[in-house]
Amino acid sequence: MTPSTESGSPPIINERTIVCQINGRTVTQPVQPLTSLLELLRDRLGLRGTKSACNEGECGACTVLVDYVAVNACLFLAVNAHGSNILTIEGMLQPGGGLDEVQRALVEHGAVQCGFCTSGMAMRIRALVNEQGAHPADPASGMRVLPSRADIQKQLEGNLCRCTGYIKIVDAVEALLQKKYGNPA
Amino acid sequence: MKKQLDIIGKGIPKQDAGLRASGRAVYGQDIVLPGMLYGAILRTEYPSAAFSLDLTDALTLPGVACIITADDVDVNRISYKRDHPVLKQGEVCCIRDEIAAVAAETREIAEEAVRRIKVRYEIRKPCCDPFDALQEDAPTINRFAGGKFSHKNIAETFHYAHGDLEAERARSKIVLSRRFSLPRMTHACLGPSSITADCDIVSRKLTLYSSTQVPFLYQRDMAHALKMPPSDIRIIQPIIGGGFGSKLDMYPFEVICALLSMRTGRPVQIVYSRKEEFIASPTRQPMIIDLTAGVDAEGKFTFREVDIVKDNGAYTSWGATTPFVIMQAFSSLYKVRACRFDAKAVYTNNVFAGSFRGYGNPQATFALERMIDLLAAAIGMDQAEIRRINANEPGEITGQGLHYETCGHGECLDVVIRQSERVRNTANGGASRLQGRYRSGVGFASMLHVGGGAKIYRSDGCGTTVRIDPYGHCTIITGSTEIGQGSETVLAMIASEELGIAPDRISVINSDTDVKPWDVGVHASRTSFVAGNSLLGAIAILRKKLESKARQLLQCGDAELAFRNGLIETEDGAAHVALDKVVREMHFGEPNELAVANFFYEPPSQFQDTGFKGNVSGSYAFAAQAIEVEVDCCTGNVKVKNVWVAQDVGKVLNQMLLEGQIHGGVLQGIGYALYEELLMDGGYIINPNFHNYKLPTASDVPPIHFHPVETYDRHGPYGAKGVGEAPLIPTAAAIANAVSNALGVEISSLPVTPEKVLRALEEKNHKMHLA
Repeated sequence: MTPSTESGSPPIINERTIVCQINGRTVTQPVQPLTSLLELLRDRLGLRGTKSACNEGECGACTVLVDYVAVNACLFLAVNAHGSNILTIEGMLQPGGGLDEVQRALVEHGAVQCGFCTSGMAMRIRALVNEQGAHPADPASGMRVLPSRADIQKQLEGNLCRCTGYIKIVDAVEALLQKKYGNPA
Repeated sequence: MKKQLDIIGKGIPKQDAGLRASGRAVYGQDIVLPGMLYGAILRTEYPSAAFSLDLTDALTLPGVACIITADDVDVNRISYKRDHPVLKQGEVCCIRDEIAAVAAETREIAEEAVRRIKVRYEIRKPCCDPFDALQEDAPTINRFAGGKFSHKNIAETFHYAHGDLEAERARSKIVLSRRFSLPRMTHACLGPSSITADCDIVSRKLTLYSSTQVPFLYQRDMAHALKMPPSDIRIIQPIIGGGFGSKLDMYPFEVICALLSMRTGRPVQIVYSRKEEFIASPTRQPMIIDLTAGVDAEGKFTFREVDIVKDNGAYTSWGATTPFVIMQAFSSLYKVRACRFDAKAVYTNNVFAGSFRGYGNPQATFALERMIDLLAAAIGMDQAEIRRINANEPGEITGQGLHYETCGHGECLDVVIRQSERVRNTANGGASRLQGRYRSGVGFASMLHVGGGAKIYRSDGCGTTVRIDPYGHCTIITGSTEIGQGSETVLAMIASEELGIAPDRISVINSDTDVKPWDVGVHASRTSFVAGNSLLGAIAILRKKLESKARQLLQCGDAELAFRNGLIETEDGAAHVALDKVVREMHFGEPNELAVANFFYEPPSQFQDTGFKGNVSGSYAFAAQAIEVEVDCCTGNVKVKNVWVAQDVGKVLNQMLLEGQIHGGVLQGIGYALYEELLMDGGYIINPNFHNYKLPTASDVPPIHFHPVETYDRHGPYGAKGVGEAPLIPTAAAIANAVSNALGVEISSLPVTPEKVLRALEEKNHKMHLA
C-alpha cells in the first residue's frame, strides 16, 4: 500500500535523522519509526553494555537515562530521543576508566552475581541518587530526609534480578545515599 | 590446631564484579563475529500434529542464506535417552518443537523468512495429563522411546527400598496418606539463551560460544549429534547471564545453530526472545507425590511410602533423573527406619522439564515437611519438637548408605527454633490466633542435599593446572565453570591463602575446552568442593617444587617454609626470598623447570548400586529454615515477614558470596512458594512473559536472618561443603507450613496463590458449619 496525502491522512514517514547526545558525544543517526532506543544503542552504535532481556518493558535490564530520567530503552522509540541527552552504562565509567560511585557500591556490597541485570540496575540507581541530590536539605535544620529501605525497594521494583535476592543491591543503595547525603551522626 | 587463615572466610567481592558492573562483560548476546549471520527457528503452532512444509516463499526472500529442515540434515537424536530429534520430521509432539531453521543476513530477515514458511498441519488431540498418558488406549507420545518399561509412555522409572515396611507400619501410632502436587516453575534467567557457532570451512572444525554449564559433556553430546569427533569441537563459554540448572542439557537450538554454520560456512548466532525463553527453555518437573508416612507413640518416624508421577513432557532431559535426589530426601532426611520409593517419568504432549537448582529436592521436601506437620498435629506434638527428636546426626549411615561424617542438622534446627521462638509464641498465643483479617504463622522445614559433588556420572572429578609466571603472577586453569556464583573468586582466595600471593595477582582461566582440563560441570553444588580440592592438590605439588628451590637459595636445610606476602620464608621469618625470584631461578637455573603443576581430583564418593544404595557424595549439607508469614484473609495474600536460615556449610569460604547464595536461593524459594507457575492449557503455554509469570521483585524481599553452621568436613577444602542449591530447597515447604499454621488449613500444592488460600478458608468454614 502506498501512502496517500490526498485522502487527508498524514504521509507515512519512513526514516528520520535524529541528533542526540549519547554519553557526552553528539550522535547523528537515521532511524526508522519503530526503531527502539535499545536497537539504536546495541545494534547500531555497538553500546552492548545495555542488555536486552525481555523487549517489552517488564524487566528493566535495558534501563538508560534520557534527560536524567530512567527509561526502558526497549520501549522508548529512537525518534523520540532527538535532541535529548542520553546516558548509558558505558557513559558511567569515569574518564580514564574507573568505576562510577554507583558501580563501585554494587561491587563492594556483593550485589553483582551473573551481572546481566546490573547495567540496568546501576542506571536505575543512578537516577535515584541524582534525584536525592536534587532534594535540598531542610534549610532550618540542615537535615535531609533519606528514603527508607522500603522506599528504595519500591523504586527498584521495575528491575528484575534472578540471582541476588536484591538484599545486597538495596544495601549498596542505602550505603551510597548515606555516604553522599547522610546527616552527620 | 587449625591453621590460621588470612583470606579464607573473609567477605571479598567477586573478582569480576567490576567488569560485570562496567557493562563491558561480553555475554552470549553481545558477541559479534565478522560475517556473522542470524539464525531463527520455526516452531510448531500445535502441540500435537502431523505436518508438511513449503519453503518456496521463504527461500526467495533476499538476505536468506540457508533454510534447514529434518530432510536436509544427517544428525543423531539428542538427550540421554536419545529420544529427541533435533529437527522434527513429519510430526510434532509439543509446542516447543523445532520444524525448520533459517540463517540470514539480519535478525529481521531471519524472522521474516520464518514467517514465510508455509506449514500444513493435521491437528491431533494432545495428551497433556500424565495419568491419561498411562491409560491402555493412550496414543504413543514419543516414538523414539526405548520401550523397556511396562507402558509405552513411561520414559524412566526408579525403585528404592530399605527397612521392613510392614513391621514399621504395624508399630506406627499414626499413619497418614496425602497427595501433593507441584507446579512447573521456570528458571527465567535474565540473560536469554544464546549460542554463536563458527565452523571453519577449511578444517571443518567447529567453535561454539555457548552458555552451557557442562562444557565437556556438551562437547561429547554435540559430537554425537553432529556425527563428528569431539576433539573437533571447541566450546568457549562467554559470561553467562544466569544458569540455575537450565544449561545442564544440550538443546536442539544449539545443534541447529551449528548445522546452520556448517551449511553456510559463516558464523551464525541464535538468541532467544523472552517469549521463546519461556516456551523453549526447560522447567522444574511438575509432579504428583503420593506419600504415606507413619510415626510411633514417641514421635519417631517409622516409615515412608512414596509414589511419584512426573510429567516428563514430550522428550527426556537430565531432569528425568531427579529421583536420584528426590529419593534421598525421603530415605535419609530425618531418621526413618523404612522407606519404599517408586517414581516414574511419563511422556505427555507438554513441554519437557529439565533440571533446576535443587534437582527435585524442593518438591520432595515440600511433601515431606508438610507431612511432618500433619503427623505432629495428629499425635499432639510440637512442630519444632518432632523435627528435633528425629534430626540426623554426625556419624549416621542412612538406610540408603549416605554416610554423614559431619552433620549440622540438629544445630541448624536449634538455631532457627530459638531465633523464631518469640515471633512463634506471639503468633500461636496471640488473640488473633485463627481469627481476624490478618493472621500470622510460623513454619519449619529442613533439607538434606549433596555437599561434596554427586557421583551420577562415571567421574565426578575436576582437573586443575596452576602456574606462576616469572613476575610472581599466578594463573589457575580450572575445569570448573563460573555462572555468576563466584567460584573463580573462591579459587583465587584458596591460591592466595596457600601461596601468599595477593588475590589481585591471581587470575582464573575457565572458559575454553581447548585449554582447560576436564570437569563434569557446574551442578550439584559441587564447584567449591570439587574444584577447590582439585586446586589444593595442584598447589601441594607446586609448593613442593618451589620449596625445594627456595631451600637451596636460602641454604636453610629442610626447615619448614611459609608462603606469605609474596615471599617464601622460614617459619620464624628469619630468612626469606621473593617468590618470583624462586620461580625465575627454577626456570633459568637448575632444574630448568616451569613453576606449573597439574592435578585431577576425584571426590571420595561411590557410584550407587542398582538399588540406588551407596555413599554418593563426598559430604552432605543440611539446613533448616523457619519462616513467618502474615495472611490477609480478605484478599488471600500471603506476606513473608521473616526468614531464619541456618545452614551447615562446613566452613565459610567467603562470607559475602555465601550470603549472596542464601539471599538469592531463598527468594527463588519464595517465588516457587507464592508466585511462580508456568501455566499450560491443552499443551499451550499461556503466560510466556514477565507480566503474567511473576518473578519476585525487590519489594517482595523479607528480612533474611542467616546463621552459618560450621562442621568442618575433613573432605572439604578447609572443611567446606557445597552451598548453592540448599537455600532454595526448604523455603516453599516452610512457607506452606507457616500458612497452614496461620489458618488451620491444609496446603498441598504450590504456588500458594490468593485463590487457593481463599478456597481453603472457605472449605474450612463450610466444614465448621456442617460440624
